[in-house]
Amino acid sequence: MPMIQLEDICKTYHLGEISVPVLKNVSLTVARGELVALMGASGSGKSTLMNILGCLDRPSSGQYRLDGKDVSKLSIAERAMERNRKIGFVFQNFNLLPRTDALDNVAMPLTYTAEHLSEGEARRRARDMLRRFGLEDRLHHEPSQLSGGQQQRVAIARALINRPPLLFADEPTGNLDSRTSVEVLHMFQQLNEQEGLTIILVTHDPNVAKSARRVIHIHDGAISNGSFSGHNDTRMASNPGSVEDGAGI
Amino acid sequence: MRILRTTKTAMKALRRNPMRAALTTLGIVIGVGAVIAMMEIGAGSSSQIQKGISSMGANVLLIMPGTTSSAGVTSGTGSVTTLTPQDCAAILRECPAVLTAAPIVRARTQVVYGSRNWEPNNIYGTTPAFLEVRQWGRMAEGKMFTDRDILNSNRVCVIGKTLARELFQGRSPIGKEIRVKNVTFRVIGVLNSKGANMMGMDQDDILLAPWSTIKYRVTGAALGTTNQSISSGSSGNSVNTLSNLYPSGQTSLYPEQSEVQAANNPMLVRFANVDQILAVARDAASIQPAIKQITESLRRRHNLRDDAADDFDVRDMTEMSNMLTSTTSMMTNLLLCVATISLIVGGVGIMNIMLVSVTERTREIGLRMAVGAQPRDILRQFLVESIALCLLGGSIGIALGRGASTLVRVLLRWPTELSVGAMVAAVVVSASVGILFGYYPAWKASRLDPIEALRYE
Ligand SMILES: Nc1ncnc2c1ncn2[C@@H]1O[C@H](COP(=O)(O)OP(=O)(O)O)[C@@H](O)[C@H]1O
Ligand SMILES: [Mg+2]
Repeated sequence: MPMIQLEDICKTYHLGEISVPVLKNVSLTVARGELVALMGASGSGKSTLMNILGCLDRPSSGQYRLDGKDVSKLSIAERAMERNRKIGFVFQNFNLLPRTDALDNVAMPLTYTAEHLSEGEARRRARDMLRRFGLEDRLHHEPSQLSGGQQQRVAIARALINRPPLLFADEPTGNLDSRTSVEVLHMFQQLNEQEGLTIILVTHDPNVAKSARRVIHIHDGAISNGSFSGHNDTRMASNPGSVEDGAGI
Repeated sequence: MRILRTTKTAMKALRRNPMRAALTTLGIVIGVGAVIAMMEIGAGSSSQIQKGISSMGANVLLIMPGTTSSAGVTSGTGSVTTLTPQDCAAILRECPAVLTAAPIVRARTQVVYGSRNWEPNNIYGTTPAFLEVRQWGRMAEGKMFTDRDILNSNRVCVIGKTLARELFQGRSPIGKEIRVKNVTFRVIGVLNSKGANMMGMDQDDILLAPWSTIKYRVTGAALGTTNQSISSGSSGNSVNTLSNLYPSGQTSLYPEQSEVQAANNPMLVRFANVDQILAVARDAASIQPAIKQITESLRRRHNLRDDAADDFDVRDMTEMSNMLTSTTSMMTNLLLCVATISLIVGGVGIMNIMLVSVTERTREIGLRMAVGAQPRDILRQFLVESIALCLLGGSIGIALGRGASTLVRVLLRWPTELSVGAMVAAVVVSASVGILFGYYPAWKASRLDPIEALRYE
């Protein structure tokens, strides 16, 4: 059973009289344990697709099976539950809680899932998670006291605290310099290889996409390449010629 | 468990901006503080009034003669003379709920000693039980007159501290002779000081004498003129030699009874009438039984038919205390209104800041939703935040209000009293304000779209 199975997904926004079709008949599958890059130019509909995949949004039409379950028609509360149990998010701008230390930031999602956990147990888990990302000496630092790379590592730790099988990262390196970008991407690869985590990496940058084993190209709301792992032509993106133009990986 | 976690999250969020939290809750602080201070001051003054009333004589019943009604015109209370000292004796004998009782005959005239004169507030002809009725305690000097003095209409009297001061200016009045409307009285005692009553009347400006002496020797022929001829032959008047020698010339204060009224009144012969009878019930619970027993006893004595109205009037002090407490409670209520307005304004302040906070923390809300918070989790978090703010303000307000009432007590010497009810009410009210005014912002927060919220700049 694939982790993600999209069939003919359309998403249309309605701005008054005008309807803006953003996703047009998108179909794709992602198997368990894959590391996939979702690549396309800015405005091509990557984030919109990711929001649907991440159960933040509902498609206008089409069917979406997440881990075998049809989630395209779930209510708001039910989708919250799906996100809670199965999905972790990493954002371009980290989205950490201001004036809240790393430990509390990482422990925050447990508030909504692990009701049975005691406060101490929740903090212990958060501490373990931060230690895995090399932040054991930054537990009580607030976001403003952390570097961009450290902030993104805190954000990743937070995304994984609920041990979800699926991780979405929307432009995770967009606000990082090249060296920390490499570090963070390396971290994703490790998580994918060692833990079998399914990761969807959303980016406009071919150099970032290069770190994925498979690339799905999206163009004007339609998938132009790489919908199904069968006819995999991601190697095209790892063309060494494109090194200069991106973030300089 | 969950509510505990939510409370902790809310407290953390509030601690991120302590100054704003403090300013936000200021309206609640002031409102609750005002309520607490008002309630403590109000409770203090009403309990002082209660004390004042019981100093006048707790559980006192006032028995007044009834009203006459002639051709539809009803005269005021006391317009007929239906109460007698014998009624008082009967009350004492027949009403088990009555502890003690004393008749009162009033007079108003000058008191003269040597070259000094003074017109006391009250000249009462009564019995020794009067001291017990009014809880006057022991005598300051000398002794009270006795029942024998009443039997003999002896010209002895007991005077209050004010009268003693005005007439004797520090010298002992015991054994001195004073004149009350040309009747000479020997002072045999001085009452303890009782101070002003709650109406501000000086209770020590008083002269007490046997009722028979006042009745027959001082006020003279105050009996109804219809009964004059009959009573002139009675033993009562045979004592009244002095007043015959010195006719008082006092006119009757009350309207004469018409012939019909006199005919309707089966008790034509009255030896003497009194202006009122004071009775004391055994305790607060026996006030109502006492009123019932007195009414029955007097109706029997006055030979009233079942369908006839009472020719007397029994009142207790609750009316009086109600009147006095209603004044203070009106003030308290007025100030409570002001405090309520302040609480509402405070609530609007909370709502305003919570709305700002929701806008400011849109991204946080989006993030919490993205990691799996359900709308009701968000609603609960913001609601708990505003309730916590209000309760915080409420407790500061309670402390502030208690402080203010303490200041009032210490500096202005007003009586205050701890009011636990007000404190409980303050807590309940501030929590309700939190819920009422926090609900809309919390609801707005819970309705945010996580995608929009995450994109919010
Ligand atoms: N809420 C919305 N209402 C209307 N149009 C939208 C909305 N969100 C996104 N779009 C449009 O959809 C298109 C794709 O946006 P997005 O998925 O954010 O692109 P990407 O992430 O690839 O840069 C854009 O043209 C954008 O204008
Ligand atoms: Mg985007």
